Amino acid sequence: MTLKGYKDLPEGGVITEKGNSALYKTGEWRSMRPNYYPEGCVHCLICWVFCPDSAIKVENGKMLGIDYDHCKGCGICARECPRKEKALQMVKE
Amino acid sequence: MALEIKQVAMTGNEAVANAIKQINPDVIAAYPITPQTDIVQFYSTFVANGLVDTQMVTVESEHSAISATIGASAAGARAMTATSSQGLALMHELLHIASGFRLPIAMPVVNRAVSAPINIHCDHSDTMAALTTGWIQIYGENAQEAYDNMIQAVKIAEDPRVKLPVMVCYDGFITSHAVENLVLLPDEKVKEFVGEYKPTHELFDFDSPVTFGPLVLPDYFSEIKAQQAEAMLAAKEVILEVAKEFEKMSGRKYGYFEGYKLEDAERVIVVMSSTAGTAKAVVNELRAQGEKVGLLKPRVIRPFPAEEYVKALSGAKVVGVMDRAETFSTQGGQLFTELRAAFYEAPERPLMRNYIFGLGGRDTTTAEIRKVFEQLKQDQERGSVDRKVTHLDVRV
Repeated sequence: MTLKGYKDLPEGGVITEKGNSALYKTGEWRSMRPNYYPEGCVHCLICWVFCPDSAIKVENGKMLGIDYDHCKGCGICARECPRKEKALQMVKE
Repeated sequence: MALEIKQVAMTGNEAVANAIKQINPDVIAAYPITPQTDIVQFYSTFVANGLVDTQMVTVESEHSAISATIGASAAGARAMTATSSQGLALMHELLHIASGFRLPIAMPVVNRAVSAPINIHCDHSDTMAALTTGWIQIYGENAQEAYDNMIQAVKIAEDPRVKLPVMVCYDGFITSHAVENLVLLPDEKVKEFVGEYKPTHELFDFDSPVTFGPLVLPDYFSEIKAQQAEAMLAAKEVILEVAKEFEKMSGRKYGYFEGYKLEDAERVIVVMSSTAGTAKAVVNELRAQGEKVGLLKPRVIRPFPAEEYVKALSGAKVVGVMDRAETFSTQGGQLFTELRAAFYEAPERPLMRNYIFGLGGRDTTTAEIRKVFEQLKQDQERGSVDRKVTHLDVRV
């Protein structure tokens, strides 16, 4: 992302767009990422329960994967995954 | 047509309250502190008598006063408050917010010593402690200048190139409470001069909603501060433009400073606010005896017009800078250190020495000023200053 220079910013750091927090991808902060291996997943949704950032995508009771725009890579999902062969494993970004 | 002149006898605070009445701001937040109190007290009678359209908000502290002013200003109103001393200190964190939000608040600050020891009288320790808050600072010598500066401050602050808050400073009691002769401008002239306030962004513009005060992280924070620095630089130009326009209306001339018999002066005192009036009397006296002495009275110190000060002082042999506040750096007062720094690149540097004077309202009379000029003369003859920083008129 190209950052704007000071002459192109609204004065005083005022935000002039409505609802633009949606544009801010906090997942950019991540240094580790959880990789999802659906073959080992039993859809217990414990990862969804524990994720502090609502970054586990779930539809109709099924785990679909990770919302990498907002996942900050804390690793709680991988730690809590109860499978012996973890369906979520942390790797370096 | 000659301007309709209204000669009045008023205290500095009454004159400033009248300036604000003529400006007729949308909102005033009021909290009393000596020696500022009667500005807002006078103003409350204007409100009660229906002479202004201002919404007056009485609050529970100066922290709240400036907070309410910031809120009103961000909402799109022309908003003001006034303070002194501990009040300005209590406002401190919000001072950064007013300038950081780029809110053009014009605020009288009636200079008074900051405790401890507790003291209600004049020195400049309150506004000197606010030099790094991003506010423009303008100082006036007397009631007339306080009145004139108040009117100009609104126009400087609200200029689209500036959009910064301004402190209009003058000396507590000496200027704020002494009755002086001054000239008021006609109401409609002031109204026309300050014009209508047009905010860049306003919270009450529901068609284009904005957020003031979002979190700005390391990737953008420096850019926001660079904007403020650029606005301060632009203020340098705007201050002179506004002064020129004001002169056209009033016939009274303003700039970054006033030079008094500076042209061929070899020994110069630099002093702000009311003491400059005392110094002028001594300059006149010594000039009558053939002494080449002069005075430079700074009016604007934020922004700090360094080049202009250097140019004005370039002919001097010895300069005595008088600071009405300690910095406790042990290297002198704020004016002194900034003026010395300004001379760093100058090919010719005068001898410079510093006097810390008038703290907590200690009277600085013509006798003390005469003593300073005598010491400057000895320095000139010796070719060096015998003491860099002196606490003037302090018992050992």
